[in-house]
Amino acid sequence: MSTNSQLSVERPFRVAILGSGNISTDLMYKVLREQTLQLAVMAGIDAGSEGLRRAAALGVHTTADGIDGLFQLDELPELVFDATSARAHLAHAPRLAEAQIASVDLTPAAIGPMVIPAVNGDEHRSAMELNLVSCAAQATVPLVAAVGRAAQHLRYAETVSTVASASVGPGTRQNIDEFTHKTRKALETVGGAEQAKAIVVLNPADPPPCMRNTVYAEVDGLDEDLLAVEIERMVQRVQAYVPGYRVRGPVLNGRKVTLFNEVEGAGDFLPKYAGNLDIITAAAVRMARQRVTAGAEARV
Amino acid sequence: MEPVAGTRINYLDTSLRDGSHAVEHDFSPEQVRHVVGGLSASGVRYIEVGHGAGLGGSSLLQGRGSYSNTELFDAASEVIGDATLCTLMLPGVGVMDEVREAVEHGVGGVRVATHVTEADVAEQHLQLCRDLGLRTFGFLMMTHLATPEVIAEQARIMAESGAEVVYLADSAGYMTEQGVRDRVAAVRAAIPVEIGLHAHNNLGLSVSNSLAAIDEGASFIDGSLGSLGAGAGNTPGEVFSVVTKRIGLETGIDEWQLMDVAEDEVRPLMRFPQVIDRTSLVLGYAGVYSSFLLKAKAAAARYGVDAGDILMEAGRRGAVGGQEDLLEDIAYTMAQDREVPVGATR
Repeated sequence: MSTNSQLSVERPFRVAILGSGNISTDLMYKVLREQTLQLAVMAGIDAGSEGLRRAAALGVHTTADGIDGLFQLDELPELVFDATSARAHLAHAPRLAEAQIASVDLTPAAIGPMVIPAVNGDEHRSAMELNLVSCAAQATVPLVAAVGRAAQHLRYAETVSTVASASVGPGTRQNIDEFTHKTRKALETVGGAEQAKAIVVLNPADPPPCMRNTVYAEVDGLDEDLLAVEIERMVQRVQAYVPGYRVRGPVLNGRKVTLFNEVEGAGDFLPKYAGNLDIITAAAVRMARQRVTAGAEARV
Repeated sequence: MEPVAGTRINYLDTSLRDGSHAVEHDFSPEQVRHVVGGLSASGVRYIEVGHGAGLGGSSLLQGRGSYSNTELFDAASEVIGDATLCTLMLPGVGVMDEVREAVEHGVGGVRVATHVTEADVAEQHLQLCRDLGLRTFGFLMMTHLATPEVIAEQARIMAESGAEVVYLADSAGYMTEQGVRDRVAAVRAAIPVEIGLHAHNNLGLSVSNSLAAIDEGASFIDGSLGSLGAGAGNTPGEVFSVVTKRIGLETGIDEWQLMDVAEDEVRPLMRFPQVIDRTSLVLGYAGVYSSFLLKAKAAAARYGVDAGDILMEAGRRGAVGGQEDLLEDIAYTMAQDREVPVGATR
């Protein structure tokens, strides 16, 4: 039963990043800040990419051979962050699973269970394939879940997410239906709303605005005191990995609860206004940390 | 210059879609039947129906429709004759399944709308509309915010994705004649696509701006009867049809009959006079999305702040269509920041 000091001082948990774009690069800075994580490799497919160049400059091992390069490592990572594309992740997933490497999926491939760390991170922290859904879901599902915990019945949730045009890449632009559909599904499945609707708005204003979300919920049997407590608790849980997550409200109007939210990013590599991208890289690293914690507990 | 006599113009009536904003999305199937029947009998060939925010627009954000879009489409289909039943969709709000569903309920034309710089979010939707054999329109909103060159490029994206007509929407009713001319001319010079103008009357320029657009080569003009629409409303369709008659443009519309529809069917539906009040003027002056008007007034009343101040702040932040949620946030924040509580001595 003794918590042997050799066991509690863990060797670093080896992780890898697939992809070398903006998301991957932001992720790299966040991983490098985590003492419990060791970045084994950043695997891109473009040797000239800025991401790989930056990684190499920071002493991170890099490869331009994608997942093949990753599998050439002498010691394989225990977890991979995949920030490539949905199609690429569908190809990567079986290979990673076969090698028993856990996968945190930042693409829209949606293979594993939907995970929002502040809501159901604990439940899924040992899963081998995690799906981070969408940036809008990462920002809004915690608030919907908080409202649900203070009400007997969460009939309906609706979210309006406004993001800076400059932070929305071609993948999302060409699949905006899929983006709203997945977000809606997460509001229902993880957020606990009986029915939901997700709306996304792109704003090209200059300077680019921070990600903004409005959450509307229709509830029965609301405990107003409990609502304040649940919201505060949830905001703190998200702020643990996204310090720039802020909420105004609630506004109560009959059965309707309204919350206003802003997500300012940490500005690691992505600009601060791109809180929508920051919240998903931060959520990914959060899940890796949770996994380390789970491993430590399992070994005690 | 005035458009040349004999020019053929397509008039698209949006009384029953943009007008939905002005009645808080409360049109009934019965009302739709009366108006659509009248429009079709007057010779209007394109009739837009639906929630103000289009497919999927019924929401807490925009206001729930008293009837579903499909119920309204069914009512319109019964009486529309050989005119084309149109509707609107905004990618990010509506989804492609709703386009397919609309087609099953008689819709034959869809206008796929994006903010003026974001046309690439509509590529899939425009393609789908073409594949379904629909009359396919691209619809660029808030065109006053972009330069003619940017608009031409965005129109090209829409045309290449399947749009047969690209509309320039002056969603804020902000533009004056030269702004309209420069933008229509830029699209016309860049690509071979039909061009439309959707105006709002916040500065009282909708009819003259529509004529300017035609003079520059636009062949589709939106209007609504009695101006019924967001903000101060749209180009008044019955006025436009009389003006076009006077200068000899061909719309195929019986303007006398259209006047009757405006007077007898549409005006009785109005909840308040569709005029250019001071808040609509703020929209036009500050360049703010017209459907923000009633939401700003509601938030102003609820939080005891000024609707004009809310709209000016929304304009300052560069709010785009769909950001109606921001108005309450602004009002809420203003009320929180206010040192003196509502009702205290002045």
